[in-house]
Amino acid sequence: MLNKIFDSFDAAVADIPDGAVIAVECWGYPATAHNLIAALKRKGTKDLTVITHTFIPQVFSEDLATLPSVLLPQMKKLISPIVGIMRLGAGGFLREYVEKGMEVEVMGHGTLAARLYAGAAGLGGIYDPVGVGTIVEEGREKRVINGKEYIFQEPLKPDYAFLSGHKADKLGNLVYRGNYRSDQPMMAMAAKTAIVEVEKIVEVGDIDPEHVVTPGVFIDRIVEIPPDGLGTPEKGAAIIQQLTQLESVRDMLFGKIE
Amino acid sequence: MKQRLERDVIGMRAAKELQPGDCVNLGFGLPTLCALYVPEGVRFQTEAGLLGYGRLVMADEVEKADWHYIDASGRFCTPGLGMAIFDVVTSFIMIRSGRLISVMGGFQVSEKGDLANWNTGGDALGGTIGGAMDLAVGSRRVIITMDHNTKDGGYRIVKKCTYPLTARECVDLIVTDLAVIEVTPKGLVLKEVAPGWTAEEVQELTEPKLVIAPDLKEIEL
Repeated sequence: MLNKIFDSFDAAVADIPDGAVIAVECWGYPATAHNLIAALKRKGTKDLTVITHTFIPQVFSEDLATLPSVLLPQMKKLISPIVGIMRLGAGGFLREYVEKGMEVEVMGHGTLAARLYAGAAGLGGIYDPVGVGTIVEEGREKRVINGKEYIFQEPLKPDYAFLSGHKADKLGNLVYRGNYRSDQPMMAMAAKTAIVEVEKIVEVGDIDPEHVVTPGVFIDRIVEIPPDGLGTPEKGAAIIQQLTQLESVRDMLFGKIE
Repeated sequence: MKQRLERDVIGMRAAKELQPGDCVNLGFGLPTLCALYVPEGVRFQTEAGLLGYGRLVMADEVEKADWHYIDASGRFCTPGLGMAIFDVVTSFIMIRSGRLISVMGGFQVSEKGDLANWNTGGDALGGTIGGAMDLAVGSRRVIITMDHNTKDGGYRIVKKCTYPLTARECVDLIVTDLAVIEVTPKGLVLKEVAPGWTAEEVQELTEPKLVIAPDLKEIEL
């Protein structure tokens, strides 16, 4: 059996070259491969293109979580439906990088998902009704099909996907939890090399085949998160504690709905 | 000075549009209020891949917060009975195939039903799209809840949106603190007004010409 298990995050990202395209999920804190992001930051790989769902400022201390934005100084391009937090000035925090030449490509979230699917399935792209009449259509081919307007979107084919899984067996069969699943199955399938950090590695046969979400054929490297790693239930709980200390955030997350 | 409707009354009125069996995506902010007033049997969806999530986690039970269950506006929720979990491609097929109703906030709605609700800054960095464009284009019904006017009294229901668009000709119904307005091929139809307000007064605060519904009435909850 091919060994897919790596004993460190640094080893798992060691071959990533400058200029690589990385797909990495993020929903603020959840669903994020914090340890792999931290390892790529340590490695210092340059000219990265990052594909993610939520690209917000690094609001946590880096010993609790690392969001894709810790890679900003190493990036040449960002592809994401969410840049910034609306009430914190949206994508304003990226202006200094854009002025220095970083490219930012925005689109609807469903468009991102469809482009990853297209990349995974070997399609030449998609004709998408979402984004027509908006700034997303700027610079893109438009086409009328059966009387309806569409814009052309190219497929996304990341070199690497960084995934955050719940558990994997040694073949790479992968289970996520709750809404951590989100874009990750598509990212895994679209990438040339998919690397997953998981809470637990289990023996082959320990995952009910009916429950496998991403079949092991799509997973190339597996790293188990150590007890002192990022993304553990303890670190997650510590972050919630921190967030509840800030009155404005507490009201936003837990306050009366109004 | 006449009373405008409170935010929770807007939520209550929008919730009246939802029926048992409907699957609904609630946007950030005001739309979240709808959840408090919907009939039993309405199920909620989040783009992240949950359908049928349960109630939200409140301040006195923070220990129940679990990063694996977050609603469409970014709050912690609880797993609901009969909840389904799925990936984002499935999630957006749900949205784009017209199986969901969407209740969203808005900055501006035009007389043709164009929606601007993601960006006030003008360029790509001025706002966050998220699922809004997909929801606006694909939902079976798009209900916009918003204040009728800007803080300084300007129009939000306009002839042409000046903020960057979310989608063209996508809005079905607008529920504001003054009125309920339906977007139709004949124009914007004023169907209900807040108690104490006349059609003429609502027209004054609305840029495009409103068509007055023959059965115009006060907002009923």
